[in-house]
Amino acid sequence: MLFERFKKEVDAILSRYPVKRSALLPLLNLAQREEGFVSESAMQEIAKILNLTPAQVFETVTFYTMFNLKPIGKFHLQVCKSLMCALVGSDDLVMWIQKKLGIAQGQTTADNIFTLSVVECLGSCGTGPMMQVNDDYYEQLSEEKVGRVLDDLKRDGTCSLKTGPFMYPQPLAK
Amino acid sequence: MATYEKILLKNMEQPGYTGSLADYEGTGGYKALRTVLKDMQPDQVIEVVKKSGLRGRGGAGFPTGVKWGFIPKNHPGPKYLCCNADESEPGTFKDRQLMERDPHQMLEGMAITCFAIGAQTAYIYIRGEFRLGAKILEQALQEANAAGYLGGNVLGSGLTINIFVHLGAGAYICGEETALLESLEGKRGMPRFKPPFPATHGLYQNPTVVNNVETMANVPHIINRGGEWFASIGSPPKSCGTRVFCLSGHVKRPGNYEAPMGITFRELIYELGGGMRSDKPLKAFIPGGASAPFLTPDHLDVKMDFESVALAGSMLGSGGVTVMEEGTNMVWAALRLMEFFYHESCGKCTPCREGTSWLVQTLQRIWNKRGRPEDIGVLDELCGNIPGRTVCAFGDAAVSPIVSTLHHWRGEYEALIREAQETMPRNKEIPVFSN
Repeated sequence: MLFERFKKEVDAILSRYPVKRSALLPLLNLAQREEGFVSESAMQEIAKILNLTPAQVFETVTFYTMFNLKPIGKFHLQVCKSLMCALVGSDDLVMWIQKKLGIAQGQTTADNIFTLSVVECLGSCGTGPMMQVNDDYYEQLSEEKVGRVLDDLKRDGTCSLKTGPFMYPQPLAK
Repeated sequence: MATYEKILLKNMEQPGYTGSLADYEGTGGYKALRTVLKDMQPDQVIEVVKKSGLRGRGGAGFPTGVKWGFIPKNHPGPKYLCCNADESEPGTFKDRQLMERDPHQMLEGMAITCFAIGAQTAYIYIRGEFRLGAKILEQALQEANAAGYLGGNVLGSGLTINIFVHLGAGAYICGEETALLESLEGKRGMPRFKPPFPATHGLYQNPTVVNNVETMANVPHIINRGGEWFASIGSPPKSCGTRVFCLSGHVKRPGNYEAPMGITFRELIYELGGGMRSDKPLKAFIPGGASAPFLTPDHLDVKMDFESVALAGSMLGSGGVTVMEEGTNMVWAALRLMEFFYHESCGKCTPCREGTSWLVQTLQRIWNKRGRPEDIGVLDELCGNIPGRTVCAFGDAAVSPIVSTLHHWRGEYEALIREAQETMPRNKEIPVFSN
């Protein structure tokens, strides 16, 4: 049982809301963090914890695009394709990734490491083209830079090019 | 170049400023909260904010003090504050910077707001993608709780103010205030019919204020320096204070620029943003996030305040300015935005759910040179039938890219359709089958 292992965290989440159902998105986020996707058994468990029917959980899950209902690769590459990123080359970025990994949108590499998705605005319009990989943002990507990101992630599981606390433009040094 | 006094970005632009509690206190942080708790009544706080002329920074521009004033005083149950950090309007990325670089600024604003409206619990509804921002806010909350600025007995006043971070999961519509409340209640994020408004029937049907991150960040400064001071900045009386304008698209230096409302688009794009990225001239710009109708180079000298932009036929919205250079096809640009709106329509109201899908299909047909002469009429008709017929303002926003590009660049639509007719002539004679 997934949530038994996280009893303390679940209790902390439940304590924030006067109405239990409010904990639904936080618990779903927890499930996805641990398993990489929201499994049917996780939804059943959540329904029990929150006194909901499984259908109530499922109808909510399907509304939110960030929940994966199927297992995906270790790194979920989400490229923003909305107008602001498209103006500065997000279509190229998708092409570079497809070329390097040999997968199309919505596909996962054979070694289960990368899944490529093309998504709508991620709130990084001044620093496109960009992508989100799991929890991290990678911005102002060029073909060379995205190549390095993918290599680093595959080799080390992390990459130093991810964005820290955001500020753009950086203030000029005085 | 003119220089402006910054209010919200001032701290974070200091070298070495990390946004930690110590750094924030070092710049006079939480002084406003002390003042409020020691010397002011909730009504006085609301009065000061009303006097400041502060209007919501999320997009709609509703006067903040007036919104707070709608909260019933004698409500027997709890009241809530929700900070809208679901920043997802394409072209907007200011809240992300305000949260990640100076989280205590908005937390102090939230604490003051809680005091003013009598709320003991506040939620920060942050978009699911902003994991880093959520982590930074959690850390800041821990610091503020430990230092007694939040929690069970705020600064010894006996007041309780608890703030929690609540992560969304990738739905644009949850930035609409009633959809945000639905989502916070653990449901599908579909907007509620208004009235009743959140001020009386909000979270769990209790009085609730929903305010944007940038709005909250302004509050401590207004308390510290007075409503009159704030009301003297920008273009009073209707657009007071500064805005953090987000510049994106084909400019040399995109990014967040804080300036008083009332500077012109020309100043933002050509002075602060360094002008166009290549030698090509500017062709079009969106003045306030994807929901705002496109404007043309003729509008470059329009002032960036709520009224002037509205007079020019668009809106200042969330302050996200996207610039497009000559050579950008406007049908393509409208299509890209329409795909966004189609993807993000929540599906509650038929005109929006079906209309956005129909609009995308029609635009795709035109862009792929399969357009029919009657398609422009289809677009016109659809765009006339969605706005005003939906529960929330999404329907009005969704048609604005098409309505405005059809208005300014109708020729580009016609050219694509003409090309389609030339390259792929349709059989004019429809064969009639009789048995």
